[in-house]
Amino acid sequence: MLEVNLAKRAPAVFLAEQAGRGPIDIVLQPTMGRLSFRAKEAALEGRSEVSGLAVDGAINTRRENGDLAAMRLGPDEWMFLCDDGEVDNLAERIAEEMSGKAFSLVDVSHRDVTFEVSGAASDAVIASGSPLDLSLEAFPVGMATRTIFAKSDIVLARLSQTTWQVTCWRSFATYVQGYLADAAKDFAVA
Amino acid sequence: MLLLECPYCGKRAESEFHCGGEAHIARPETPAELDDQAWAEYLYYRTNPKGLHAERWQHRHGCGRWFNALRDTVSDKVVETYKMGEPRPDASNANIPDPAKVRSA
Repeated sequence: MLEVNLAKRAPAVFLAEQAGRGPIDIVLQPTMGRLSFRAKEAALEGRSEVSGLAVDGAINTRRENGDLAAMRLGPDEWMFLCDDGEVDNLAERIAEEMSGKAFSLVDVSHRDVTFEVSGAASDAVIASGSPLDLSLEAFPVGMATRTIFAKSDIVLARLSQTTWQVTCWRSFATYVQGYLADAAKDFAVA
Repeated sequence: MLLLECPYCGKRAESEFHCGGEAHIARPETPAELDDQAWAEYLYYRTNPKGLHAERWQHRHGCGRWFNALRDTVSDKVVETYKMGEPRPDASNANIPDPAKVRSA
């Protein structure tokens, strides 16, 4: 497998010093295993989980199970997350469990990078590039969805009231990080 | 900002969507038996109505699903959205402004 570890490299963009002075933290997350899983209802045969990953949650929700997380991004599409070293094992287990059924499983670990945006007013930083209603009623903790951030396609997940994960394609990372940092500057103490 | 109602995700900003042209155009079952005119009509001829228009839309930067939308081409109001495979809904009760009145306004 391609040996890429973005987290060990210097971040593509050095956040403006001011951006770090405010209450907002924008942190590149360590490389994680990501599997794009697609299966229709008929192939899932009513099962609630596949190898420990929940597949019965509502569309646009994120479910955790220990080190694993499953984000349901569409009616028949999930993004499975696991530790970086676990991805081959997990893929094998899923393939075994689903063998004979129509499904698709693609390792996209190195396609995406994730930034965690946290701190008071982090929702305002996300809102700077997103038209979504980010109130707790409309975007509760545990929700995850693909959407647009500024001009980039992202997956946005809310881990707590003030903690967000922004996942984008690797080639968009400098743009997304720069945009987030620019928005965070507004909240920096002079 | 226009909001479109995705049948799977609910209301989202128009920028997440992509329009795919007129809906409910069935591909002929035996294209080889069609003459050029009939094939051209399937490929290129569209109704282009003034008023309600059934269109295919894709929630491209969202769940990725295609669905159909009934849109009024005069006011750009999307009256109803529905999943692929479902019949075109009867929107006769929809509150659509009279094109003549819109024009004179």
